[in-house]
Amino acid sequence: MIITFKIKRYNPEKQGEAYFEDFKLDVQEDLTLLDCMNEIKWTLDGSLTYRMSCRSAICGSCAVKANGHATLACQRQATHLVKGDTIVLEPLGNMKPIKDLAVDFEPFWEKINKVSPYLQPKQKAPEKERVQSPEQFSLIDDSSTCIMCGSCHSDCNVLEVDEDFLGPAALAKAQRFVQDSRDGKTLERVKNLSKPGGIWDCTHCGECVERCPKPARPFDRIKEIMTVALEQGVTNNNGARHALSFTKSVKSSGRLNENIIPVESVGFFNFRGLFDLLPVGLRMLFKGKNPPVFHKSIDEVEDVKRIYMELDE
Amino acid sequence: MIKHDVVIVGSGLAGMRAALEVCEGLDVAILSKVYPTRSHSGAAQGGIAASLGNSESDSWEEHLYDTVKGGDFLNDQDAVEEFVKAAPRVIYELEHYGCVFSRTPDGKIAQRSFGGHSKPRACFSADRTGHAILHALHEQLLKRSKSIKIYSEWYMHSLVLDGDRCNGIVVSDIRTGAVEVMQAKAVIFATGGYGRVFNITSNAFASTADGVMAAFRAGIPLEDAEFVQYHPSGLYRQGILFSEAARSEGGYLLNGEGERFMDKYAPSRMELAPRDIVARAEQSEMDAGRGVDGKDIIHLDLRHLGEARIMERLPQIRQLGIDFIGVDCVKDPLPIQPTAHYSMGGIPTDKFGQVITDAEGTHVKGFFAAGECACVSVHGANRLGTNSLLEAVVFGERAGKSAFEYAMKVDHAPVNESHEKTKVLEQFEGVFQQNGDESYNDIRNQMKKVMTENCGVFREEKQLKTCIETIEKLQEKFKNGKITDKGKLFNTEIYEILELENMLAMAEIIAKGALDRKESRGGHSRTDYPKRDDENFLKHSLAYKTDDGIEIKYKPVVITKHQPAERTY
Repeated sequence: MIITFKIKRYNPEKQGEAYFEDFKLDVQEDLTLLDCMNEIKWTLDGSLTYRMSCRSAICGSCAVKANGHATLACQRQATHLVKGDTIVLEPLGNMKPIKDLAVDFEPFWEKINKVSPYLQPKQKAPEKERVQSPEQFSLIDDSSTCIMCGSCHSDCNVLEVDEDFLGPAALAKAQRFVQDSRDGKTLERVKNLSKPGGIWDCTHCGECVERCPKPARPFDRIKEIMTVALEQGVTNNNGARHALSFTKSVKSSGRLNENIIPVESVGFFNFRGLFDLLPVGLRMLFKGKNPPVFHKSIDEVEDVKRIYMELDE
Repeated sequence: MIKHDVVIVGSGLAGMRAALEVCEGLDVAILSKVYPTRSHSGAAQGGIAASLGNSESDSWEEHLYDTVKGGDFLNDQDAVEEFVKAAPRVIYELEHYGCVFSRTPDGKIAQRSFGGHSKPRACFSADRTGHAILHALHEQLLKRSKSIKIYSEWYMHSLVLDGDRCNGIVVSDIRTGAVEVMQAKAVIFATGGYGRVFNITSNAFASTADGVMAAFRAGIPLEDAEFVQYHPSGLYRQGILFSEAARSEGGYLLNGEGERFMDKYAPSRMELAPRDIVARAEQSEMDAGRGVDGKDIIHLDLRHLGEARIMERLPQIRQLGIDFIGVDCVKDPLPIQPTAHYSMGGIPTDKFGQVITDAEGTHVKGFFAAGECACVSVHGANRLGTNSLLEAVVFGERAGKSAFEYAMKVDHAPVNESHEKTKVLEQFEGVFQQNGDESYNDIRNQMKKVMTENCGVFREEKQLKTCIETIEKLQEKFKNGKITDKGKLFNTEIYEILELENMLAMAEIIAKGALDRKESRGGHSRTDYPKRDDENFLKHSLAYKTDDGIEIKYKPVVITKHQPAERTY
C-alpha cells in the first residue's frame, strides 16, 4: 500500500523553525516502521536524521513519535500504524530536538543517574554467587527488561509540566534496586524516592505503561516502590499521607472525605502547608463547590469494609 | 587535543569490562558511536558459559574440550584453557556487580544446555542475557562516573601509530562533526563485529568493521577473517536473532515436509549440535528443495513446550515473533534461515589482549583489543554459543589489565596533531566534494547480496572469485558516489558512507581468505574442498595490506591437550 510519511523536519543549521515534509512509499506487508524510515533515507533524502541500531527491539535507539505517541520504530509494522493513508512522525517529547527525529537524551540520563542506579549490596560478596530465589528474582524481572528507549519519558504527562519529576524510566530503574533482595539500601532508597519529584508526584495516568515496548511497565514499578515505602514506614511526606488518608476515608465511609484528605495530606501540624491550602478552600467556598461539612457514608459501607478485610488477609 | 591515559573504543561488554579494570588510578575515556547501552552485546540472548556445575557436575576440562572440538581444532588451546578456567570467577563477579540472572529453585544461577556444550553450562537471564550483563556493567560505569569519561556518539576514524607504538586515535563528534585527536598512552579496541557486510545478518546497523579496518589500514593484519558464523535461527528475510535457547529449551527444527531433519546430520546432538553444523544442515535441506513452501525457510517449532515454559524462559522470542511477523510461537512454528552472526576472526592478540602483528608475536606497544573485534583465538573455526559473552568479559578484563600495567609504566608520546587531523578532514571533504552519480545505497545493497550469495554457508572457488571481482568493482563505484547531506550537525549520512568504505574493504578480506583456504573447517565450508585438511591448513590466516592488495600469510595453531580428531556429533 502507498503510505504518506509526514515527517517533522528540523535542522537549525539551515532554518530555525521545524516544518513537516511528506514522503510517499509503496510499503510491503511486514516492513517495520524503521525499514520505511531507512528506505526514505537511503532512496529519497539522505539528510533525514534519526537514531537506530539493533533493529530487534533491544538497543532502544529508534523510539520516535508515530501519530503522536512514542513508538519503537523497529518493533512495529508500518501497515499497523497507518491512519487513513498517513503516518505522522515526530521526535520524542519532553526532550529537545537536535535534528529531525533525533533528540538530546542528556536530561534523560541525568535523571537515571539520580536514583543511584547500581547495586549497593547488603554485605561483602561471598566466594560464589549471592543466593536469590526464583521468587525474589521475579520481583526485578520486569524492570530489568527496560531498554532505556525513552518512550515513557517522552509521553509522561508530569514531565511535561514538571522538569523536576524523576520520570517513569528512572523510577522503573529505581525499583530494580529497591526490590532486589541483594541490595542493602532499601530504606534509604525509598526515603529519597519519596521526596518531591519522586514516586508521589506521579499522577497515575498510565501513559508510560501504554508506551513501554517491553514488560518494564514503569507505572506498575512506581506502585511497587510506593508499597515498599509505606511498608518501610516512610510516611512523613505529603504523598504517603495522601495515600493513607485516601485509603482510610474510603474504608471508613465508602467515599472520599474531601474536607479531611487535603488536611491529612499536608499534616495537621504543618501550618505552612495548611496556610497554602487556604486560598483554594476559600475560592471553593465562594463558588459553592465546597464539600458538605458533615461527611456521610455510602449505604453499602459495610461491603466496602468487608473488601478491605479480605484484601488485608 | 584531547588527552587521556587510556582510551577504549567501543562500549559493549568487552569495552565496559576493560574500563572497570583500568579506572582505578588512571584517567580513562570510553568512546562509542552509539550510547553505551545501545551496544550490540545487548542483543545476545541465550546465555554466558561457565562450568559452575549448578545443575549437573561440570569442569573446566570439559568446557575446554567442547570449545576446541566446536572450533574444529583451530583454537589456540593455551588461550582456551585460561579462558574456560576464568569463566566461573567472572560470572560470580558479574553477579556481585548486580547482574540479574535466572535462578535455580535453591537460588543459584540457573544453567541451560547449549549447542556443542556437553553439559548445561549456559548461565542466563531468561532470553536477554547480553542485555542483563550490558546494563549491569553500565551501572558500574555510572557508579564510577568520576573516573571514567563517556564519549557517547563519537566515531573513531584512525589509529595514531608511530613505528611499533600506538599513541592515540583520531575521532569525531557525530553531533557536531568536529574532528579531534585523542592522545593516549594506551588504546583498547572493543569495536565488535562486521556482520553488516552480509544481506541476511543478525547484526546491528552499527556492526560495520570500523575498528578492524582502522587496525588493518595502520598495517596490522587481520586473523582468520574467512571464518564467519552463520546462526541457524535468523528470522526469515530479516535475519534478526531467535536465540539458540529456543532449541536448548527443546525446540525442533522441521523442513518443508515436517520432518525433524537433524538426525541425518548430528544424530547424537540433534538440534543442539554446534551452529556451523546446524546451519549447514538447514542450508542443505533448503538447497535440496525441502524448504517450507519451496522457499529458503526452515521451521523452528516450539509449540510442544507450552505457553508457560515459553513465557518463563523465552518471552522475548515470543514477542519478537508476534511483533515482527505476526507469528505466535505458542500456536505456530517460526520461519527461520541461517543468518550471518559472528566473526571468529579479527585483530590478532595474545592471550593478554596485547595486539600482535605476526607469527612471532611482535607487539604493537600500547594497543590492545578484546571481544568480537579481536582474534585470540579461543573460538577457532567455529564459536560455540554462549562463549562470546564470556570472551568479551574475560578478555575485556585482561586487555584492561594489560593496558593498565602498560600505561602505568610509560608517558604520553608526542603526536603530530595537525597531520593526523588533516588526514581525516580530507577524508570528510573528499566525500562532501565528490559529485558522482552512483548511489551509496545501491553499492551497499550489492555488496550485501553478493556476500550472502557467494560467500555464505557454502562456498566454492568460482563463486568466491565472482564475489571478489564484484567487491572490487563496487570499491571503484564507491569513488563516484554522491552525498545529500553536506551539513556538520548530526550528519548520520556521512558516517554511513565511511562505514560502507570500511565494509567494502572488509568484505574483500573475508572473501580472499575464504578463497585461499582450500579446505572445509568449522564455519568455513567449501563444496570444492569438502574435507578438513590438517596437513595444509591447520593454521591461522593473517591478511596483510600491501601495495598490491591483500596478502595472506599463516601462523601455527597452539595445540596443548587435544590433538585434532574427527569431529562428529
